[in-house]
Amino acid sequence: MSDIASRVKAIIVDKLGVDENEVVNEASFTNDLGADSLDTVELIMEFEKEFDIQIPDDQAENIATVGQAISYIENAKG
Amino acid sequence: MELKRVVVTGLGALTPIGNNVEAYWNALIAGKSGSAPITYFDAEKFKTKFACELKNFDALDFFDRKEARKLDRFAQYAIVASDEAIKDSGIELNGIDKHRVGVIWGAGIGGLETFQDEVINFATGDGTPRFNPFFIPKMIADIAPGNISIRHGFMGPNYTTVSACASAANAMFDALNYIRLGYGDIIVSGGSEAAVTKAGMGGFNAMHALSTRNESPETASRPFDATRDGFVLGEGAGALILEEYEHAKARGAKIYAEFVGGGLSSDAYHMTAPHPDGIGVIAVMKNCLQNAKMVPEDVDAINTHGTSTPLGDVAELKAISQVFGAHAKNININSTKSMTGHLLGAAGAIEAISSILSITHGIVPPTINHENPDSNIDPALNLTLNKAQKRDVNVVMSNTFGFGGHNACVLFKKFDE
Repeated sequence: MSDIASRVKAIIVDKLGVDENEVVNEASFTNDLGADSLDTVELIMEFEKEFDIQIPDDQAENIATVGQAISYIENAKG
Repeated sequence: MELKRVVVTGLGALTPIGNNVEAYWNALIAGKSGSAPITYFDAEKFKTKFACELKNFDALDFFDRKEARKLDRFAQYAIVASDEAIKDSGIELNGIDKHRVGVIWGAGIGGLETFQDEVINFATGDGTPRFNPFFIPKMIADIAPGNISIRHGFMGPNYTTVSACASAANAMFDALNYIRLGYGDIIVSGGSEAAVTKAGMGGFNAMHALSTRNESPETASRPFDATRDGFVLGEGAGALILEEYEHAKARGAKIYAEFVGGGLSSDAYHMTAPHPDGIGVIAVMKNCLQNAKMVPEDVDAINTHGTSTPLGDVAELKAISQVFGAHAKNININSTKSMTGHLLGAAGAIEAISSILSITHGIVPPTINHENPDSNIDPALNLTLNKAQKRDVNVVMSNTFGFGGHNACVLFKKFDE
């Protein structure tokens, strides 16, 4: 697992209080990991802070799964 | 229209001297102080370095980590105390009409720590507003009853009353009136507060409201003592299950007491100082007696607001003498804030619980830390000094007064069919 992927997953485990094994690339924040709309906003903010990036709202709307978060951040840091 | 009768069928408490009702009551009658040096943050630079914090409370004993993180402490306390009260009441949650169950809660401030931390975070950043999405819903004072209703599915009236230190009494009186009018069968009421924070201590210190007896925290809250120098900030929650009598009877509920009346008034005088002649305080006790259809001679005990401030304590006792006349000296007057500190918006709730348990057990908890008589206080008054007193309590009044001049008072009576 890439460094970015492991950091993203650690944030998700911390903020959503889920088991590490559940945080697979296909997992949807809302459908699989129990996040509500505010949790999702908080996750995006944590990603911005952790990776020192800005994720505009219209792009944040497209980040719905663990894998989408990882690839977005990898591209942004690329 | 005939008003319905309201009884108390469940209690819950999370206080600086005990984390449940039983522990709270045992500490009250033992005369235990909950005041100690602050552990939540480094208080070295604060004028007051002590408070009545909760002891050995771990939110993770009650919530999973994710849930705990989304709740300010004042909301955590509200849920813990109301859970205890609901359990104590024996209500079968699946067997009642939840549209007829409300939550009316008191909080003087609300999520002060959340507010403080978010603003510090913003102010120490580069000006980019990175506020947490849970900032507002964690902080707002009405989120405590909101969360209680979400947890149990209670769909009746739901809101928070805000009247500083009178908040919980306002909440209980509102609940009483709604049930009297038939708007619900059960209302979970009470109050919670968690202001032992840097902002809370600093803010009250700036008002010169807090005791600075740093050399002896456990004796700092000394209502009615000549050397009292301010209140001791406390935190926690109290919860009461208020239930329409026929509803309680039909399910064979245990009844602690009947909630027979309340009173409300305002000083209309000063933002923080009590009226020197106590006109608002006199009015609230008279209103309360009238609302309960009682006369002064009916009252056996009064749990005072008695915060241990130089002006407030004397003004309240003078008002009691005026309202109760010659009978005042027959009343067991106490201030349990001598032990718990001042729980602000939750004070009325935990003091109502103490008052109700006085009826149950026939014991009035003491006003501890009394050493020096105050020449401004009538020595004929029984202030229940230093030791609990056995006393058959049929009727008990509980007073609360808040910054802003809000006065609220509630009255409980031994239950008699």
